Amino acid sequence: MNGLSGGLCYLDHAATSPLRPEAAEAMAPFGADRYGNASGAHAMARDARTALEEAREVVAATVGAAPSEVVFTSGGTEADNLAVFGTLARCTEGHGPISAVCSSVEHAAVLAPLRAASRGAGAVLGVGRVRVREVGVDASARVDLDALDDALDDTTVLVSVMAANNEVGTLQPLDQVAALVRRRAPAAALHTDAVQAAPYLDLPAVAGGCDLVSLSAHKLGGPKGVGALVVRAPLRLAPMLHGGGQEQERRSGTHDVAGIVGFAAAARAAAERRDGEAARVAGLRDRFADLVCSAVPGVVESVARSATLPGFCHLRFLGIEQEELLVLLDRAGVCASAGSACASGAVEPSHVLLAMGVGSEEARSGIRFSLGHTTTEGEVARAAHGVADAAAQLRG
Amino acid sequence: MSGGVDSSVAAATLLEQGHHICGATLKLWGGASDSGCCSVGDVDDARRVAQQLGIPHYVFDMTDAFEAAVVAPYVSAHAEARTPNPCIECNRHIKFARLLERAERLGFDALATGHHARVVPGRDGSSHELRRGADPDKDQSYVLSMLGQRELARLVLPIGELTKREVRARAGLLGLRTAAKPDSQDVCFIRRDEGRERFLATRLPFHAASVVDAATGEELGTVPALELVTVGQRRGLDRGPDGARRYVSSVEVETRRVLVGRAEEVATSVLELVAGSLTWTSVPLPSGAVALAQTSAHGRPTRCTLEAEPAGLRVSFAEPVRPVAPGQTVAFFDAADPDLVRGGGIAAR
Repeated sequence: MNGLSGGLCYLDHAATSPLRPEAAEAMAPFGADRYGNASGAHAMARDARTALEEAREVVAATVGAAPSEVVFTSGGTEADNLAVFGTLARCTEGHGPISAVCSSVEHAAVLAPLRAASRGAGAVLGVGRVRVREVGVDASARVDLDALDDALDDTTVLVSVMAANNEVGTLQPLDQVAALVRRRAPAAALHTDAVQAAPYLDLPAVAGGCDLVSLSAHKLGGPKGVGALVVRAPLRLAPMLHGGGQEQERRSGTHDVAGIVGFAAAARAAAERRDGEAARVAGLRDRFADLVCSAVPGVVESVARSATLPGFCHLRFLGIEQEELLVLLDRAGVCASAGSACASGAVEPSHVLLAMGVGSEEARSGIRFSLGHTTTEGEVARAAHGVADAAAQLRG
Repeated sequence: MSGGVDSSVAAATLLEQGHHICGATLKLWGGASDSGCCSVGDVDDARRVAQQLGIPHYVFDMTDAFEAAVVAPYVSAHAEARTPNPCIECNRHIKFARLLERAERLGFDALATGHHARVVPGRDGSSHELRRGADPDKDQSYVLSMLGQRELARLVLPIGELTKREVRARAGLLGLRTAAKPDSQDVCFIRRDEGRERFLATRLPFHAASVVDAATGEELGTVPALELVTVGQRRGLDRGPDGARRYVSSVEVETRRVLVGRAEEVATSVLELVAGSLTWTSVPLPSGAVALAQTSAHGRPTRCTLEAEPAGLRVSFAEPVRPVAPGQTVAFFDAADPDLVRGGGIAAR
């Protein structure tokens, strides 16, 4: 690795991953050469359109969807917002009271639009009164299926449960969630935020029972600024972005063809290597966790490894402030995170850890280490060493 | 780094001197705010300056500690007609306590801020002196008067030798984003458009009180909220029948009375300081000592004599001063060396 990242131990793949060479190569012609607007009629436009539709087919195949079911967006956040507002607005028409149900550990890009909608912020898009129920989780951040059962009823029009949690990595039991939704709220749309899960899970199998699937290119080693919402037929959504009517009236805006092409190349590469990568990354994660836990006393692994995505290692360092540990890790060239940052850049208290029943003080000792497609053994060993030194200094 | 020009130039100055530094901004308040220390815009400014200087920048969330140590006591003090200075309490509990301790744990040798004051080595070679800043209009030694040797040993104040004009000029030369940014004037957790009254209104019940002439006992009117009355205030009070301005001399919470009088009647000659609130920069002033007392952020200091009491310290002013509100900080300067901070305390009721 060269440049800025050369000397660093980058263990923050859950935040983003480097661009895969396949993606960079695929994107290159679309700047100054194949620069057409895919919505036009002439040769330049047709060329861009062709690239767009080829990319769409690739992305669709990785999710087990039809090409027309893929709506390209500006990323995972927009996909989540579209899933929420697009569904609620469509279901408001001519209905009585409606409700939406989600887990309490969803990403902010799902929780925030749901909460905003419940406060009336969706009115401009046609969303009426909606009640939102957030379902709790167990100590591993796994959604409580009994509580979910209770929360579903015939007013439910949308259920959102992520495929895997972005802070602690917990895999959610989507097949059981889907079965519950079919039984209790058959008219509801089931959405899953698969942004973190996409590189490692067999999405056609895991998310096959979901009506809406959110994807983000950069988590797969594609570029930032592009993602997709898979909308399984015959589900219809109200659009958020109104304009030229692209994406079959579902998402207006000139296509970022370069980004979409890069997205497809990354998605294909990730899918082709998935099983091998999952095993490799899990092995590195296990090594990292073992090194840290043996060198540092008072460390808790937040979730059992078998229950998480391969790259995730969320640790709590008892008696240590996460902000201080992150400063020392930063100075040692180790990139990690404590979950989400707020608008000012400070670490936000983790709603996921609190939902798991972790006390607020212990929650402030949590650090997320996330490995990915470029992580090496050497990085893992150096990072573990850096973590041990930092923890020792702070416990000092 | 608060996002203001002072801390920006403080950072730049330290870099020029060859120090290795990191910038830190504190997130102290989760509610809406538009003035310094807390607004997202200020954090962005601080971060941008750090980027321009090429130094790492961190944002530390100390909202819980700030709420407990600064905001909650500020609110409850008003219920008892005390008016603390929250910036002083933030300095005492957050900036020069929690943040200073964090800096030590992280292996830093010192904490620096953009305060207009000076830390200089004491003549004995081992202690540290805290002195007024070079710009008398901007001197902030009053809000630092609680610091002792432990803090001063690890505190660097790079801009204390500069005037405000010099600070802005340096920022301009460096092309810093904050060069022309106005100083923040207000309490950081109270919005300008909200004001203290609306901030407290959602947190405290207000009680009406009668306004009484302290000398004659005559009732002159009422105020809708004694919690909003500050000792020494003139605002909102009618002139007396003799045409002279009226000032608040004290607020009696239990009897719900606000006592007022003419300036010369309400002036403070003697003050008791709350015992636990006394701090000395270095060697304590002995009972009977003469000092210079400053009773507000930019007030003129007055000669006084100090006497130790069981309940704390009694301060007798050589000439009466504007009324000092309970909860207000009194900073002491050396009578023979007026720029030298000796210590401080909080006025009792």
